[in-house]
Amino acid sequence: MNLRAIWTIYRFEMARTFRTLVQSIVSPVLSTALYFVVFGAAIGSRISEVEGVNYGAFIVPGLIMMSLLTQSLSNASIGIYFPRFIGTIYEILSAPVSPLEIVIGYVGAAATKAIVIGLIILATAFLFVPIHIQHPLWMAGFLVLTAVSFSLFGFIIGIWADGFERLQIVPLLVVTPLAFLGGTFYSIKMLPPVWQTITLFNPVVYLISGFRWSFFGTSDVDIGISLGATLVVLALGLAVIYRIFQTGYRLKT
Amino acid sequence: MSPVLAISQLSKTYGSGFQALKSVDLSINRGEVFALLGPNGAGKTTLIGIVCGIVTATSGTVTVDGHDHVHDYRKARAKIGLVPQELTVDAFITVWDAVSFSRGLFGKTPDPAYLERMLRSLTLWDRKDSKIVTLSGGMKRRVLIAKALAHEPEILFLDEPTAGVDVELRRDMWAVMAQLKQSGVTIILTTHYIDEAEEMADRVGVINKGEIVLVENKSELMSKLGRKELTLQLVEPLAAIPTALGAHRLALSDSRTQLIYTYDSDSAPAGITALFDDLAAAGVRFSDVSTSERSLEEIFVSLVHDGDAARQRETA
Repeated sequence: MNLRAIWTIYRFEMARTFRTLVQSIVSPVLSTALYFVVFGAAIGSRISEVEGVNYGAFIVPGLIMMSLLTQSLSNASIGIYFPRFIGTIYEILSAPVSPLEIVIGYVGAAATKAIVIGLIILATAFLFVPIHIQHPLWMAGFLVLTAVSFSLFGFIIGIWADGFERLQIVPLLVVTPLAFLGGTFYSIKMLPPVWQTITLFNPVVYLISGFRWSFFGTSDVDIGISLGATLVVLALGLAVIYRIFQTGYRLKT
Repeated sequence: MSPVLAISQLSKTYGSGFQALKSVDLSINRGEVFALLGPNGAGKTTLIGIVCGIVTATSGTVTVDGHDHVHDYRKARAKIGLVPQELTVDAFITVWDAVSFSRGLFGKTPDPAYLERMLRSLTLWDRKDSKIVTLSGGMKRRVLIAKALAHEPEILFLDEPTAGVDVELRRDMWAVMAQLKQSGVTIILTTHYIDEAEEMADRVGVINKGEIVLVENKSELMSKLGRKELTLQLVEPLAAIPTALGAHRLALSDSRTQLIYTYDSDSAPAGITALFDDLAAAGVRFSDVSTSERSLEEIFVSLVHDGDAARQRETA
């Protein structure tokens, strides 16, 4: 294992975050703070409790999860797409580094950034609403698992994309709708029965539900199923990446 | 001495069906400068790409200092540095960060003293804290060389190092290469500038349409294929070449004031002496003599051209 190479890629990617601090950290935190103001304070004050939880607090896990998903995807996709775009990928491919090491470096950095943003949003939330986290270890576990899984998908998008427009397609057209419809702002139990069933095909439901359970002890779906679904998403990402490196898809000719 | 790089039966067919390399065999000696010449699209960059791990070969083997480049890729790649043709470098980081990244990627422990020595030798030390975006084109190319050398490779691939650069920078690059050769680095240089090969190389390989057409010591190649011309400035114009001189390969210039004698450099002494004897006997007087030899460029063009003609004959 070329640990030094992993560390080098990881540190390089983290340094890029600090070079672009405003885009990387400040803007997602600001946009989430706006959600708190609009949905938590302005509209939320007119909504009573959901599942026995104050509405302002209820949306916190959903908002963190939504940021975590979009940040993991965009960090990891730009992380690997950028060297492909400017051509510096030659150096990674010609170095004595295994595909696994490349993935750990890039995905690890992307997931770290997403987790840091998630924690900053959590800290911001404490300023707006009273929150008590019932299962902090589970919360940390879901945070890490989700960040890693979606960073893997971001890595896949970054390899698949052949233009900056494509980098945006999946986060905008797939993940944001899934996050909005996956119970970020409501419990799926509030939906008509038919829509409840349809919603169960949305993988984000399980992520948000599990994460919300770690905060409040209540969930839309069983915690075991949530954990299982998160692990399936992780395994799927790993399988696709394994295949990419096996075939050299979009990396080697 | 075993070669530092051995390429055997290497072929590459791209997904489009284009056959970029056709069973290439090539071996590179330790410490030499090898120039791989070929027109655009001949397969030079594909060959480098395969050795460095960027392109996957269709068949064949590559051994780098005894290590197979697929099965033992870590050891093989650790010995190679690659300077790509394009100026591909992250513009928003400093020179120091760029070379440190390259060294780390190859798993080497940090060695600021080595990096300083290397940057000084490439006259980049004063700019080590500059962002690469602020550097000139020539400096950026040096940064690419510095990145390739950051992990102390034994073999350096330079893919068209002077493509599209001005004359001064070219001379500059040649000086850098000479310095590297002196430090014991094996250099494999691809170029389509013949004068570059003529200036730098110990051996020359010519690749055309995915096949190695020739590999030869540069000096031997020059003497073997280097046809020379001896021009005699005549005192009085000649209407025709005297029949007494018919045994020699002579041509009369259009102005009829010059006799041009063509000869191979290895057959020179006997031929020239006989010619001068016969000229004296025929009473041809001349006022000046000059010689010229074919450049590597002409040799290269004729090799590529002959190869194409032979191929056309085969398919006809």
